Amino acid sequence: MPFSQEARTRLEADAAEIIARYPRPRSALLPLLHLVQAEEGYVSSDGVAFCAAQLGLTDAEVTGVVTFYTMYKRRPAGEYHVGVCTNTLCAVMGGDAIFAGLTEHLGIGNHETTPDGKVSLERVECNAACDFAPVVMVNWEFFDNMTPDSARALADDLRAGRPVTPSRGPARLCTWREAARILAGFPDDQAADGPAAGPPALAGLKIAREHGWTAPASQGETARPAEEAAQ
Amino acid sequence: MSTDTLTPVLTEHWDDPDCFTLAGYRRAGGYRGLAKALAMPPDDVIAQVKASGLRGRGGAGFPTGMKWGFIPQGDGKPHYLVLNADESEPGTCKDIPLMMASPHVLIEGMIITCYAIRAERAFIYVRGEVLHVIRRLHHAVAQAREAGYLGPDILGSGYSLEIVVHAGAGAYICGEETGLLESLEGYRGQPRLKPPFPAIEGLYACPTVVNNVETIASVPSIMVNGADWFAAMGTEKSKGFGIFSLSGHVTTPGQYEAPLGITLRELLELAGGVRAGHRLKFWTPGGSSTPILTAEHLDVPLDYESIGAAGSMLGTRGLEIFDETTCAVRAALRWTEFYEHESCGKCTPCREGTYWMRQLLVDLEAGRGSEDDLAKLLDINDNMVGRVFCALGDTAGSPAASTLKYFRDEYLEHQKRGGCPFDPAAATLFGAQARSSQAQSSEARSSEARSSEAQSSGEARA
Repeated sequence: MPFSQEARTRLEADAAEIIARYPRPRSALLPLLHLVQAEEGYVSSDGVAFCAAQLGLTDAEVTGVVTFYTMYKRRPAGEYHVGVCTNTLCAVMGGDAIFAGLTEHLGIGNHETTPDGKVSLERVECNAACDFAPVVMVNWEFFDNMTPDSARALADDLRAGRPVTPSRGPARLCTWREAARILAGFPDDQAADGPAAGPPALAGLKIAREHGWTAPASQGETARPAEEAAQ
Repeated sequence: MSTDTLTPVLTEHWDDPDCFTLAGYRRAGGYRGLAKALAMPPDDVIAQVKASGLRGRGGAGFPTGMKWGFIPQGDGKPHYLVLNADESEPGTCKDIPLMMASPHVLIEGMIITCYAIRAERAFIYVRGEVLHVIRRLHHAVAQAREAGYLGPDILGSGYSLEIVVHAGAGAYICGEETGLLESLEGYRGQPRLKPPFPAIEGLYACPTVVNNVETIASVPSIMVNGADWFAAMGTEKSKGFGIFSLSGHVTTPGQYEAPLGITLRELLELAGGVRAGHRLKFWTPGGSSTPILTAEHLDVPLDYESIGAAGSMLGTRGLEIFDETTCAVRAALRWTEFYEHESCGKCTPCREGTYWMRQLLVDLEAGRGSEDDLAKLLDINDNMVGRVFCALGDTAGSPAASTLKYFRDEYLEHQKRGGCPFDPAAATLFGAQARSSQAQSSEARSSEARSSEAQSSGEARA
């Protein structure tokens, strides 16, 4: 459905702000695509045409870019897009079982959405959280150390509209469309939520502290930054 | 002078809940490196980084100062720094926690780098699938700007810089530096033919430095503590510290920051060893592109040269640990599926080679393959290596070739049995639960697969 006049005016203002960030307008294409995905939940033909018009490109040029990147969806994703890592390490540690459990539980397969439009499912590639394996992402927030049971419970909560909290992320989980807007470069105010680091990220530091291990003292410095800060 | 076993520098303050804020970073001594750098001529900054011996932490290990030195000066063109924050190499999980916990060290490193190479615009190309990290980056850039570390006339130096946080959209290939630049220019992320290298013709055909997150994050400490301080850690040719990421069948997975040259045996000891009741089968030294190694390589120093001599690559120090419950053929198939999925399609050998390798591996895992297929796998790999534009195609065959090197018998066992001899449930962290969702198989093996810790977490919501 073509954008309403209200939506178009609003999106054009956003688009102008995005384009102004870059030395050359075309660099704005990826964030613009995130922007139209935030508007509709996916990149529609209208979304493509909008981006093309902002940048003086053809629809074909924009479509060629959309189809290259897996995060742009050509059909509406669920309000909560659940990505199960099934790359080797997560798969071996339980990601395959989690994905199998979710498909069975939700009755949908890879790249499919539940009939109520609440949850879509995708097998995702490595999301750089291997020390928290097996990992599930919801709208690109981390849900660490999952099991088939905890993943099913998570999916139930999402479908029922019960609040869920990512392992390392904001207090309030964004919807799929809200997340896309952040990706377009319009962050919300939840950056300070959540921990600085999850437990595995501190594993080595904890051992170093127990043993009193540090990097060598620097030359020409009376105190290393940490010691100075502690004084 | 011997250094301590672990040397937390980048990770030193991650247990401060405030670590990611400007106040927390300043309290930890942050932005002192910048003040020092701005008081030096830019060429001296480059010289100091060169002297430190810092090499790229994104996998290739190219000397960082030398890369900066390739940027032509006085050429009248804009210069750019593009931060490669597209961490997506399977097994690699250091940059994401770094940006989550300490985005300001990255901003500080970027400002110093841009000052050195005379760039007034920089971009953080961060993969899109890490929303909270993207929030933290935006937050840090805004705070730094407010404090006068970014924007016009930084700290009264007359030097100006703007940083843009740019989210990718899901493409492993954009971790390849020229694919990344194509993507940042608004195109499909397909790598370019080199030369010209980005230092000469990078973003918008202008001189560009593309550096990894951990590389740039190491720069402020080199400014504060000196090149010799950095070079005193590590080995002769692989200097300094690095984050080693242990994952998989290990008792305490996580991030361990140590001088380069530490061994997996030492790291495993710190991490409580392979999970209880099991033994190491194979591991990747630096993500899935690096050929696997086995228990016979436990004492190989984790530095560029030693791992290279052992037939692999140090890569990103993404150490994926697999115990004896893991099927090597399944692992190779899954990694190959990944490379097939992520091949950009530009070079025929990679596009077609990964496609056919994956099909051969599907049959081999299902026990429908033959010994001829093993030869064919290696033949396809030989026809990719060196015949493609980028490292994806060069290394996509590594999982198949290296598992075949060490576990050829296991490949043949699949064909003899007509199927996989392994129980996938035994390899999971929650054996019993996994079995209820998967096909029943070997009882004996899976019962010992359950570590007590995983079991309790696995059943907490059962």
